[in-house]
Amino acid sequence: MRKQKGMTIIAIFVFLFLFLPLLLIIITSFGTESAIKFPIKGFTLDWYLNVFQTESFISGFKLSLTIGVLATLLALLIGVPISYVLNRYKITGKSQFKSFFLSPTIIPGIVVGYVLFQWIVIKLGFSVFIGLLIGHFLISLPYIIRVVGSSLEKMDVSVEEAAWTLGCTRQKAFIKIVLPNISSGIFASFMLAFVNSFNNVPVSMFLSGPGVNMLPTSILSFMEYNYDPTVSALSVIIMLLTVVMMVIIEKTLGLASIS
Amino acid sequence: MQKKVPYLFVLTGTIIVLFFMIIPLLTSLIPTFFSEGDLTFSQYTSFFKDSYNQSVVIRTIRISVIVMVICMLLGIPTSYFIAGVDKKWKGLLMAMTLFPLLTNSVIRSFAWINILGKNGIINSVLLKSHIIEQPLNLLYSEFAIIIGSVYLFLPTMIMTLIGVMESIEPEMLEAAETLGASPFVAFRKIILPLSIPGAIVGSTLVFTGTLTAYTTPQLLGGNQKMVLSTLLYQKANTLGDWTQASILSFIMIFITVLVMQGLNWLAKKVDRRVDQHA
Repeated sequence: MRKQKGMTIIAIFVFLFLFLPLLLIIITSFGTESAIKFPIKGFTLDWYLNVFQTESFISGFKLSLTIGVLATLLALLIGVPISYVLNRYKITGKSQFKSFFLSPTIIPGIVVGYVLFQWIVIKLGFSVFIGLLIGHFLISLPYIIRVVGSSLEKMDVSVEEAAWTLGCTRQKAFIKIVLPNISSGIFASFMLAFVNSFNNVPVSMFLSGPGVNMLPTSILSFMEYNYDPTVSALSVIIMLLTVVMMVIIEKTLGLASIS
Repeated sequence: MQKKVPYLFVLTGTIIVLFFMIIPLLTSLIPTFFSEGDLTFSQYTSFFKDSYNQSVVIRTIRISVIVMVICMLLGIPTSYFIAGVDKKWKGLLMAMTLFPLLTNSVIRSFAWINILGKNGIINSVLLKSHIIEQPLNLLYSEFAIIIGSVYLFLPTMIMTLIGVMESIEPEMLEAAETLGASPFVAFRKIILPLSIPGAIVGSTLVFTGTLTAYTTPQLLGGNQKMVLSTLLYQKANTLGDWTQASILSFIMIFITVLVMQGLNWLAKKVDRRVDQHA
């Protein structure tokens, strides 16, 4: 394809636009002044130390990790069989079921959080934790169904049929043949759903309580009262985790598989 | 194998989604259509009579449209560029686009607080170079929400468009240029029309994303420039006004579905037109 000057200039501008703000966070996380300033004066790692001494960040991180993993596993447990059935069986109302299971994506996150709070916490009297778990399950399910569904579509059905003719029951063929074949799709969907849950703010906004705060919401409430580089330092740590995760995905599946 | 088992799986999921998503939605939203036991839209008409509510609805839609247009203007050339580079570079550029996408929206909005704030970069540069004497109020404005939302959703637009750009055959461009078209004309007459169906899909994601985003307008617009999602949170959490919060929920879902259907319809229509030309 021939290079076109105008396009190249816009593309360079866009990449600068995408990266300079993040670079700025990285630089300000090392500044010695107690308010975020640029250019920075001096160099310190104190703000990083401060992150690990801020109780709400530690507990927020633990809760986000717990909810993210549990909700995503739950979504896998429910979602993978559904994807399989919707892909391989002739059942009535197939496309209706498909759009039904993707429907949580149409509902705005803040609305999901709001109605779940009303229903689970106020009407049914369950804990906020259960509300968070269900909310994050609901936003993970569409990812699982979509990504696992597309890897089931790509898989050669005849491999499965060969297993049946050789005497495997359908369940056995599913466990021995299908699951290993779509494992990378399952892994990708898990990663995507987990990241999405870990980063999600609106669903968690209503579902917080004393001692129950997800990491993003604890950052938000920290920012209400502080404007020091602690948040910059925490952001750098989270960005590093993102890089690590991207490298893992690249090494196992290739980043192209999640786009 | 028993015929019922596959249904059992689908049914389990259906019941869970029904019980934890559809029923909660209905129990929150249905009462907004009743007033003293009668089916009526009166709660909505009185909602829209309030000029403050009107301004929030209009602002939210205006911001979403502007963000969508900017993302399209920047996203089409960028994705075209990424699709055209060597394989080695393409991987890197795609990773660079994915990275912000996988980074928390709180962090991405926080970055813009550092740039637009009273002590932010822009103000300190302008103050030091004596262009201004008082720091500008860039934060808590529509401009701040727009720039933060573009920052949030531009990667989504680019990722949606890369696949479309890759499927455009480079020979078509070469042919156009050998026939005397300038690079710009070739872009306008070939790349642009072929990328429009993809751009519409991307626009749907950007528009509905901006319309329903909470974090960015909360951090960059605050209480001064309310949008639907921040108003919903304020009504429910600060004011305890569940009815208004439910009305806002319905309005958000309604606009989202409407825009999705509208843009899908448009994408299908454009797709058919492109097919006919090809």
